[in-house]
Amino acid sequence: MIGVVPRIDPVLETENWWWQPLAVVGLKVLVIFIIGLVGTMFMVWFERKIVAGMQNRVGPNKAGPFGLLQTLADGTKLFFKEDLIPDRADRMVFRIAPFLAFVPAFLVWAVIPLGGDFTNGNDGTVTWFGETTRVQLADPPIGVLLVLALSSIAVYGVMLAGWSSGSKYPLLGSVRASAQMISYEAALGLSLATVLMTAGTLSTSGIVANQSSITNWHLLSTGVVPFVIFLIAMTAELNRPPFDLVEAEQELVGGFHTEYSSIRFALFFLAEFMNVISMSALLVTLFLGGPQPLYLGGVDVLAFLGPFGGTAWLLVKVFIFLYVYVWFRATLPRLRYDQLMNLGWKVLIPVALGWFLLLAVLQVGRDRNMSQTGYVVLVGIGIGVLVLCYLLFQAALIVARRNRESEGAAY
Amino acid sequence: MELLVFVLATAMVIAGAIGVIAYRNPVHAALGLVLTLFGVAVHFVAMEAHFLAAVQVIVYAGAIVVLFLFVIMLLGVDRAEDLDVEPFKVQRPLAVIIGVAVSGLVIAAVVRGRSTLGSLQEVTAEGDDNIRSLARNLYSDHVLAFELTSVLLIVAVVGTVVLTRRSRRSEVAE
Repeated sequence: MIGVVPRIDPVLETENWWWQPLAVVGLKVLVIFIIGLVGTMFMVWFERKIVAGMQNRVGPNKAGPFGLLQTLADGTKLFFKEDLIPDRADRMVFRIAPFLAFVPAFLVWAVIPLGGDFTNGNDGTVTWFGETTRVQLADPPIGVLLVLALSSIAVYGVMLAGWSSGSKYPLLGSVRASAQMISYEAALGLSLATVLMTAGTLSTSGIVANQSSITNWHLLSTGVVPFVIFLIAMTAELNRPPFDLVEAEQELVGGFHTEYSSIRFALFFLAEFMNVISMSALLVTLFLGGPQPLYLGGVDVLAFLGPFGGTAWLLVKVFIFLYVYVWFRATLPRLRYDQLMNLGWKVLIPVALGWFLLLAVLQVGRDRNMSQTGYVVLVGIGIGVLVLCYLLFQAALIVARRNRESEGAAY
Repeated sequence: MELLVFVLATAMVIAGAIGVIAYRNPVHAALGLVLTLFGVAVHFVAMEAHFLAAVQVIVYAGAIVVLFLFVIMLLGVDRAEDLDVEPFKVQRPLAVIIGVAVSGLVIAAVVRGRSTLGSLQEVTAEGDDNIRSLARNLYSDHVLAFELTSVLLIVAVVGTVVLTRRSRRSEVAE
């Protein structure tokens, strides 16, 4: 074991360093890279096709079967377009920004368990070339926190892209984007914390292993509230409709990437769609058991796939959310800016915080092996405190509104 | 290997620090600060303090410097400022004195503390031990200091709101 290499993969703890560990890691990197790119290509096609269907259109149907190669054609076209850098742009930052958006989007894949055998209480390790490993690139001790760190780096991509363009619409778009991403990161983090508390670990494979049956899925065992908050906050983090104020064409031309063209624009575009897929995979990992099978009447219906069963389950679950995102886009109108901030700060964050505290109280009760009556009293006190907090909060909101109105605010 | 990581991370920290001072454009200076913070995060990882590294990136790079950038962009001070104009006459000599004093203190502390630092017991960093030992420290041994910090933050928030929100009623009263 080399001193500073963090223990991220069982395969690296082997004694005999020969080609097998390197082959395993190299293969995983390659597969994730290909999945990332092909998945993104597919996602663009999928979204266009579904939205077209919902709007009674045909959608892409020329390049390849069912128009599947349309994205490839578009991508190739983008590559050969002229790469413009505006006169007033800050050239260095302008060049770095697309990569700051793109690289974190890719790296999220590293910590998501993409398969493996989690049935019957197994911990998801598999054996390749005689080496024990996991079907995920890395399982670092900080686990899910890596995703949070990466999403906070991705803010830089958006922010610097808007600023460095040296033009007012991108700047407005990027200020909106970063305000939105920072606001919703709090709600996202709080609902994530409830999952971490229930699972008792930060590692993604540990979180998956904790959800061994559907009643243990964190969707149910944390109550459905954190899941809903996570879904909404994630949509906002991704700047997807109905939270796509960042790219409101009517107001901002194209948002933070107005001045970008050619491959630099393609990188932003790819990053956005890749984030949709990887964050859906994260949602599934956190709340729906990731590659854990769903037993219908005691039978794992995808068991015939053998070692690929876990991956197939993950794909099925991720697909549901990809469809949900497209569905959101096709049905929900864009929020106004004040509605966005009200939802984030006055609804999602207080609810997430209250729910987190309630679950923490329950966890303490469980850790202390409380009696039935003690538990009931505990829950009663917890809910009482939360109701009190809610009333205080509402009172504060009413006072604030009255103050604003007395100062002549219009709303 | 450890030496290599140490040297690279330290180079990042120092390069970032020099960048903060040397860049005339505030946005570039803020990016230099980000580089420094990342270097510190790498140091944390090398010392197997993974949780601290993650927090370093999430809180400092992800929230605080983003806030800096936000203010810089909103106030439109993102053009190079003229450094020849000095608003407070004493501040530059004072800054030199304080800078020298602080670095002297830090060096003295490191030199004096070498034996103590070496005798500290090593913490194992298997899995979630990192976060557990940190939590035990914060929430049981140092809970009073922790709560005082949260009070301090609340006071800061309230103070900011009071200072920035001068209601129209008080203006009328004046």
